Amino acid sequence: MPHDHADHDHLSPSGHPYRADNDGPLTYWQQMEIAVRELLIEKGHITAAEIATQVNDMDSRSPANGAAVVARAWTDPEFKTRLLADAGDASREMGFDIGPLELIAVENTDEVHNLIVCTLCSCYPRNLLGLPPDWYKTRAYRSRAVREPRSVLREFGVDLPDGIRVRVHDSTADMRYIVLPARPKGTDGMDADALAALVTRDSMIGAGLARTP
Amino acid sequence: MTDKPNDPAARRWHDMGGASAGPVPMDGHDFALWEKRVDALMVLCGSKGLLSVHGLRRVLEDMGEEAFENYSYYDRWIAAINQNLVEHGVYTLEELGTRMADVAARGGTYGEATDG
Repeated sequence: MPHDHADHDHLSPSGHPYRADNDGPLTYWQQMEIAVRELLIEKGHITAAEIATQVNDMDSRSPANGAAVVARAWTDPEFKTRLLADAGDASREMGFDIGPLELIAVENTDEVHNLIVCTLCSCYPRNLLGLPPDWYKTRAYRSRAVREPRSVLREFGVDLPDGIRVRVHDSTADMRYIVLPARPKGTDGMDADALAALVTRDSMIGAGLARTP
Repeated sequence: MTDKPNDPAARRWHDMGGASAGPVPMDGHDFALWEKRVDALMVLCGSKGLLSVHGLRRVLEDMGEEAFENYSYYDRWIAAINQNLVEHGVYTLEELGTRMADVAARGGTYGEATDG
């Protein structure tokens, strides 16, 4: 790997600057990641290509996947029934790899608002939404979401009327949740693609609402 | 575990649901390449039977609260992955130590140390 630092601008051979996050001083844990990865490859357990593919797959998973599932549920009542019965199977039907875990979709309505959390760590519907945002993993969110969800929701700009019940779902490694947000008013006649653009990441965690057009 | 599930003192540190805490910090960061690789190693080692999510959780929970406060999420993950792999006999502590020293000798940044 060429890394000639003769130039003071730290340009890579491609002429671009090195990624900022690769330029900081090497940490102990980064050192461990490199060592563990190399040992796994040398001992034949994992190939470098598998790691690269896994990283690419991770990068390709974004809330757009979940938004497509939500928009389909809003426009296809039979799909919605299947989604609420088994969110894993319904998502697989749309071509999304959910892995072996159980995925449960919970529906927001005029009466109920659902919020998901992992009080023990960071379990999240990562196959449909990508990796969790940092706040999802914080002590503050994990501690308070189950105890004072309305107050947490207000911090996210969601002020729910008293008449709406809040249900909080605590995830585990094997069982994860995704929120099916309520379809916004004024969206009659919109197709699934247009609707998907209204579905935010936070709305599928329950920390937000779908956008209005 | 205990007959007093609501007593915070009876719980382990990671079981923080319902505890008091301040406002949710909203700042985030883009994941660095090394963090994505740690995540990829966890998924791949899991799918190849080298570790289980339960093994990962055991090490993370045994690290205790101090590790949670002082180290980042993926710092803790690579530590947990490593411990599981050593326990599983994938490599020895000596091999790990030797390799980590080699890695550090390559250069002072992740970019320099990662590809030899």
